[in-house]
Amino acid sequence: MKKAYLILEDGNVFAGGAFGAIQETVGEVVFTTAMTGYIETLTDPSYYGQIVVQSFPLIGNYGINTEDFEAKKPALKAYIVKVPCETPSNFRSTQSLDAYLKSCGVAGLYGIDTRKLVKIIRNAGVLNGKIVYSPPTRNDKQQALDYSVKAPVSKVTCGETPETGAGEKRIALIDYGAKNGIEAELLRRGCTVKRFPFHTAAQDILRYNPNGIMLSNGPGNPADPANAQAVETLRALQKSFVPMFGICLGHQLLALANGYTTRKLKFGHRGANQPVKDTGSGRVYITSQNHGYEVIADNSSFINVNDGTCEGLDYGHSFSVQFHPEACGGPLDTSFLFDRFIERIESHAKK
Amino acid sequence: MPKNENIKKVLVIGSGPIVIGQAAEFDYAGTQACRVLKENGIEIVLVNSNPATIMTDLDIADKIYIEPLTLETVKRIVLKEKPDGILSGLGGQTGLTISMQLAKCGFLQENGVTLLGSSPSAIDKAEDRKLFKETMIKIGEPVIPSVIAENLQTALNFADEAGYPLIVRPAFTMGGAGGGIAANENELCEIAASGLSLSPIGQILVEKSIAGWKEIEFEVMRDCAGNAITVCSMENFDPVGVHTGDSIVIAPAVTLADKEYQMLRSAALNIIGALKIEGGCNCQFALNPHSFDYAVIEVNPRVSRSSALASKATGYPIAKVATRIAIGYTLDEIQNAVTGTTKAAFEPSLDYVAVKLPKWPFDKFVYAENRLGTQMKATGEVMSIADSFEEALLKAVRGAELGLSDLSLPHLKSLTDVQIRAMLNTVTSERLFVLYEAILRGITVDELHMQTRVDRWFLHSLSRIAAAKPNKKPLIYKMVDTCGGEFEAETPYFYSLQNGDENEALPFIEKSKSPRVVVLGSGPIRIGQGIEFDYACVHCVWTLKRMGYETVVINNNPETVSTDFDTADRLYFEPLCIDDVMRVIEIEKPVGVVVAFGGGTAIKLAKQLHERGVKIIGTGADSIDICEDRERFDALLEHLHIMRPQGFSVNTEKQALAAAKKLGFPVLMRPSYVLGGQNMIIAWNEDDISEYMKIILRQRQDNPVLIDKYLMGKEVEVDAICDGEGVFIPGIMEQVERTGVHSGDSIAVYPPISLDAAMKARIVEVTQKICTALQVRGLVNIQYVIYGGALYVIEVNPRASRTVPYLSKVTAIPMCEWAVRASLGEKLPAYGLAAEPNFVTVKVPVFSFEKLTGLDTHLGPEMKSTGEVLGIGRDLTESLYKGLLAAGYKMKKSGGVLITVTDFDKNEIVPIAQRFAKLGFSLYATRGTAAFLKKNGLAVETVEKICDCNQNNTATLLESGKISYVVSTSEKGRDPAFDDVKIRRKACMRGISCMTSLDTANALIDSLLSGYNEHNTELVEIGTLHKGDK
Repeated sequence: MKKAYLILEDGNVFAGGAFGAIQETVGEVVFTTAMTGYIETLTDPSYYGQIVVQSFPLIGNYGINTEDFEAKKPALKAYIVKVPCETPSNFRSTQSLDAYLKSCGVAGLYGIDTRKLVKIIRNAGVLNGKIVYSPPTRNDKQQALDYSVKAPVSKVTCGETPETGAGEKRIALIDYGAKNGIEAELLRRGCTVKRFPFHTAAQDILRYNPNGIMLSNGPGNPADPANAQAVETLRALQKSFVPMFGICLGHQLLALANGYTTRKLKFGHRGANQPVKDTGSGRVYITSQNHGYEVIADNSSFINVNDGTCEGLDYGHSFSVQFHPEACGGPLDTSFLFDRFIERIESHAKK
Repeated sequence: MPKNENIKKVLVIGSGPIVIGQAAEFDYAGTQACRVLKENGIEIVLVNSNPATIMTDLDIADKIYIEPLTLETVKRIVLKEKPDGILSGLGGQTGLTISMQLAKCGFLQENGVTLLGSSPSAIDKAEDRKLFKETMIKIGEPVIPSVIAENLQTALNFADEAGYPLIVRPAFTMGGAGGGIAANENELCEIAASGLSLSPIGQILVEKSIAGWKEIEFEVMRDCAGNAITVCSMENFDPVGVHTGDSIVIAPAVTLADKEYQMLRSAALNIIGALKIEGGCNCQFALNPHSFDYAVIEVNPRVSRSSALASKATGYPIAKVATRIAIGYTLDEIQNAVTGTTKAAFEPSLDYVAVKLPKWPFDKFVYAENRLGTQMKATGEVMSIADSFEEALLKAVRGAELGLSDLSLPHLKSLTDVQIRAMLNTVTSERLFVLYEAILRGITVDELHMQTRVDRWFLHSLSRIAAAKPNKKPLIYKMVDTCGGEFEAETPYFYSLQNGDENEALPFIEKSKSPRVVVLGSGPIRIGQGIEFDYACVHCVWTLKRMGYETVVINNNPETVSTDFDTADRLYFEPLCIDDVMRVIEIEKPVGVVVAFGGGTAIKLAKQLHERGVKIIGTGADSIDICEDRERFDALLEHLHIMRPQGFSVNTEKQALAAAKKLGFPVLMRPSYVLGGQNMIIAWNEDDISEYMKIILRQRQDNPVLIDKYLMGKEVEVDAICDGEGVFIPGIMEQVERTGVHSGDSIAVYPPISLDAAMKARIVEVTQKICTALQVRGLVNIQYVIYGGALYVIEVNPRASRTVPYLSKVTAIPMCEWAVRASLGEKLPAYGLAAEPNFVTVKVPVFSFEKLTGLDTHLGPEMKSTGEVLGIGRDLTESLYKGLLAAGYKMKKSGGVLITVTDFDKNEIVPIAQRFAKLGFSLYATRGTAAFLKKNGLAVETVEKICDCNQNNTATLLESGKISYVVSTSEKGRDPAFDDVKIRRKACMRGISCMTSLDTANALIDSLLSGYNEHNTELVEIGTLHKGDK
């Protein structure tokens, strides 16, 4: 076993084994409590710049298959699991977790007390950390302290992308680091989807003549100055009254465009068991979540049952949610929101 | 939605006696339900025929009826108590079925009683095979091709279409009783016929076998507002075809990618929504391992064994939440008791895996068939928690008390590879060990997978166990917190782990200010060690808490109240093996350990704990050893001038034969250090001795075999409490059946009916002598036999016994509390024999014979019952009537009686036959018995033995429906090839009461003659029993 270490910016050190690529790396350490969906987690662009810890110990059981990828390759910096599975078993599996991480250059650390690490993050809030392969030095700790994610959306947004689907409704999908699951839900509902890079100007998007505009998930702080232009674009798009549907970062950016502010959560919501309540109907849904910031609002359409934070806003023609109705991984309970989006598009078309 | 304020008084229906498929999990669920009702200010009326339950304690419910769980009795209780609602979903299949009957006949509506939780139509949609299938098809959930059959022809026609193998599942039976897999037409005829007769509505489901698919379960909750969540997913080690109660289970599911997982989770929510369940529900799926194809196998619209497991595996208290939902709350209004800050509207996230391992009775029942199928055979289970399947499985195997420290089963070692490969073709209770042995011999995972269809993931895990080196790492303890560490939790519920460095138990121990006591639980439920011991442990914990101690429970049975995280101050979900227990003791540093309440499991650790310098609270390890060590025990009795049946210890067949010769037949044989009469027989001749010694020696018993003179007399049992100075005896219990029938299997009467004052005085005197000599501190159970007017001691158990719960209830003496206080130095409030009441109680054993194919139902010195019921009446016949009715006797007063008895019993059978005839029964008997009865002037029809005649034999008679009772005794039983055993098995499968002791038959006739019926017995509220005499 090759030794590997995680040193946190607060000086805590975890010694375990190395798997995946051997690659010293610095990142923001976050944890997810989802028990399934590690393929989706690994390939979720929202994890850009982060070292992800799985609280569930047995990861890799069903191997890796490319069908479940949320993006072509991982955006996260490193992956920490307690017991990676070397002998996966599933009819779709084409390789092991270890082999996959090696092939895409992502460092892995295993065999540490992951629960202890989760609790440190829970108590201290998100911390930076560094993966190294010899006992960590003061220099490593300093590097962790100095680390910050810079303009992450620009790193994960798409380039020029052709249309997909052949449906009647044209959807412009603004890609802040979109998971494939969002596009899949739209295609399933008879839409044609065209992805636009996040810096595309409003008029260029409107020139596509979309019936609806989908604002994707993505990494980082919504209030990052690097996102200012994207927020401006949303303000401009709103004037067109084309229905918009925002998810996660898309929700936060739309909120910023509408005058709300955002703030950092202590350790974020990452998992597949987050309860949200529809403030109109009182119904509770279990959702998949992955975010470190919240919108400050007192008129939320959805709130988090655990901590009361804003989980959604409704602007009439447009609406947005903090959680992931596309799931991938996680519960499919709120996929009806895509139907709602289609309904809004249809009722807008009638006007 | 707030609580429904119209509900002020609720009837809770328990699940009755422990049987295979319905065990302690319903006491756990019912007790949780009662607590919730109490917290909400609701008055609770409880009915359960099982006295060995926490839920029937006076501090759990307000009004308690230990009465037969029949429709008529429950109706009478409703009319008397006038509850506003009935809680139906927490009393297992028994409670649900009665509630449904009450609702369907219009009784509830007529009397203004609300069925709380799911509506009758919702329950019907889930329970009725046809409605269920229609509902599933309507909502687009795939089901397995199947047909509902109410006769054999329909089943055969379907077989022509669908082909074999087919699975047969009878409707409305629990634990899959009467079901099975049919590989051809012959088997289908047999299984379908049995299933049709066992189903209370004469209906079976015949379905296409999907053997080899994965079996996945989800526990789902839904409230009246339509909010629904899944609490837990579970994956069976065994593919579809083995009853989930008989399968090793891991939670959460591990081999499903998120796409498959979410597909099934959504299906579960879709189903619970369509069925409009309000409360808990269990959904079972079959998943094709090579595609996204799945099928819904079954839905249980109630709290179940799986929900108890899911509750313990996740920390999410399903029964509590289901009860709150039943009284009107919604999930987002209910607090998550584990975190104290979040709500019940979430899904637990685990940062470990939980593994369940069934506990089967085949170590005791060597002739019972250990093949596994759709009919559950396990009596209990253990659960273990760790961060890998491997570690959890090893803990579970250790904790199952199989005498194994790893997965190597000694008797497989001598088999050839060919034999091992052949064993893989049949699923038996040993499959795990056969697979492990195969791996040790280098048989590949691929070959094993092809042969058994067990997922490679599990097989690879077994390979890793085989390859692992012994790990001597110190253990640490982690918490079960429902949320994977996301939120701070307050539950002191721990499991051990090898791999980790933060010990989460330590801060709790450091915070502790009171002296700590460790209470050892009783492990998995098995024959001879049932729910009674959990009752005792829980009361021990409660008493210790009241006395100001901080309590620590170690136990591994997920079905129980003792493993509820709020019973003790801290719970360690660990095996009850010496090393595991010592590790907890090392960090907890208790002032002492209590071993006297956890049955044989706990008490057998006393010596090893003592040797390691641990203080035993209560009777000392040396005294415990005296009771177990034959020679020391004999010496003690001799010193005290107390008689016991003469006997010897032997190690070989030769010695055994010599000893028997000296004692004279019949003799009683058993291994030393036994539990529940394990492997105990009466040997009538030399052949019996040879057969027995071969079985025992095959099991590699290290301890000698005991041979005693068998004295055919009256058995009497005493539970006593001693404080070191004086002895208090709450009661003497007298057994209806003569010696030879294990005390756990005999009908026991309290207060005794045939003992005179002098004999009672003698029993008190001998009990006192033994207690004083053994320096008993706390409870002791002594079994006596009265033979020729003299009192002999058979056995002394210096611990809480099986009879403690029922005796505590009927005497209103808190026996466990007094025992705990006495063992910690307090003086007892009274000495001597307690005053006897003016009512009579009988404890009647309950068996699970119909589920254990091949097992002889003849009662003997080896215990066979799985549970018990209590009958309380003004006189013996009334309490017998209630007890027998509650135990499942149909109490028919007409029809035929088939009699077949040994020569030894012929004289005694005559008056019994006469009394049956007097009641109007037609008599049938086998040749010898018939001749004897005719000679004594009785009209009897002679029936041929099965082996002598193909038609018109005892078997066809039993199938004809003419027979109401069977009286069958034989000197030699056990082997399923014997004719007598076949008759008894047939009677059992046809649901005909079969008595194998003449004393039982007499008791039955007494109660039939008494004129009591379901309408004229007195309903006894336990709280009023002792109102006058205190």
